[in-house]
Amino acid sequence: MQKIYPNARAALDGLLFDGMTIAAGGFGLCGIPERLIDAIQTAGVKDLIIASNNAGIDNEGLGKLLRTRQVKKMISSYVGENKEFERQFLAHELEVEFCPQGTLAERMRAGGAGIPGFYTKTGFGTQVAEGKEVKNFDGEDYILERGIRADLGIVKGWKADESGNLMFRKTARNFNLPAATCGKVCVAEVEEIVPVGSLDPDCIHLPSIYVKRLILGAPYDKKIEFKTVREREAA
Amino acid sequence: MATQVETGGWARDQMAQRAAKELKDGYYVNLGIGIPTLVANHVPEGMTVTLQSENGMLGIGPFPFEDEVDPDLINAGKQTISELPQSSYFDSAQSFAMIRGGHIDLAVLGGMEVSQDGDLANWMVPGKMIKGMGGAMDLVAGVKKIIVVMEHVSKNGDSKFIPECTLPLTGKNVVDMIITDLAVFQRQDHDSPFKLIELAPGVTAEEVRGKTTARYAE
Repeated sequence: MQKIYPNARAALDGLLFDGMTIAAGGFGLCGIPERLIDAIQTAGVKDLIIASNNAGIDNEGLGKLLRTRQVKKMISSYVGENKEFERQFLAHELEVEFCPQGTLAERMRAGGAGIPGFYTKTGFGTQVAEGKEVKNFDGEDYILERGIRADLGIVKGWKADESGNLMFRKTARNFNLPAATCGKVCVAEVEEIVPVGSLDPDCIHLPSIYVKRLILGAPYDKKIEFKTVREREAA
Repeated sequence: MATQVETGGWARDQMAQRAAKELKDGYYVNLGIGIPTLVANHVPEGMTVTLQSENGMLGIGPFPFEDEVDPDLINAGKQTISELPQSSYFDSAQSFAMIRGGHIDLAVLGGMEVSQDGDLANWMVPGKMIKGMGGAMDLVAGVKKIIVVMEHVSKNGDSKFIPECTLPLTGKNVVDMIITDLAVFQRQDHDSPFKLIELAPGVTAEEVRGKTTARYAE
């Protein structure tokens, strides 16, 4: 079983169709599957429903798919820093389901874990609760949220072995892990692919069972949204 | 602002300093964007406080030096940060499991409005571009103690601590303490009313009364 594909286009071959649901990893521009996003843009599939914490920024990340009008609906917790998104949203050209960040992460986790719905306190008494079942447990009110089962999960990892075991790096793990598990198929791009046996089995973040197809995406030119630094004190 | 000098009150950093007095040794804390972030600069000497970043980190370090900037290491405000020897990383589902599960001791957030019953509105203004609630709804629902730090009145001079929120809610009956530039309000539990417990230097209880429409105990 060969999981490694030569490039993003080859790895997505046969998986894309109009109107599909895609779960994408990343937080802001940190840990986004940029090679796969580029390939989806090139493939031109449209009416996509995308579950992703953010929507990229203008012409970066998922912002690229917004620019080409390939997205019908976003399921996100925060969509600032994106002018084209704002324009399409205000013109009612783009549908947005605002979902609290933790609820979105758990919806993906639950979907991938075979849990179709769960109760959470998050959002009770707010707009988020509208139309949702409320249930009282031990004197507290909870709302029913649905798990997300996506047609495709696209994620960005740091290192993978040839069998598809994945490790992430620092805060680039974020939504990549839950997004990988909730896809009927998960395609991962990584910075380095190493031979089987090179990674410590105790240090695998995402076991290979979730990763169906894998590409080497390097070299990466990782973008920073807000660079903040401190000065070194004079010696 | 000139008016603030005349009437007394706390500046932004002093509000953060006041919020820092609520920290306790061993606390795990989540700080929101803006004034709440400044609380990190006022952790008392000798006290261990671990900061959580909801994008998947415990133990936020200071901003990095120029040559240490790492695009894979950012906080929830998407700013570059550094790690500490005791830091740990995890995914977003795990991050919110610890938030929702009540494992975080304290969250300090900004606010647009707080009602006398402890409702918080801080994520959208109808008619304006909606950016989203991010992790705010999860934090107020799950963290043990919620402190809201905000200006006492809006730019138009309207009270922000009010009988009932007019803006869409972030959470219902979730706020434990309110720190404004003029005063501090606290309540024992979510069934009790807020009580005025402290005034900023140069501020009188009468002034606070005049600038507050919410009902509170004194």
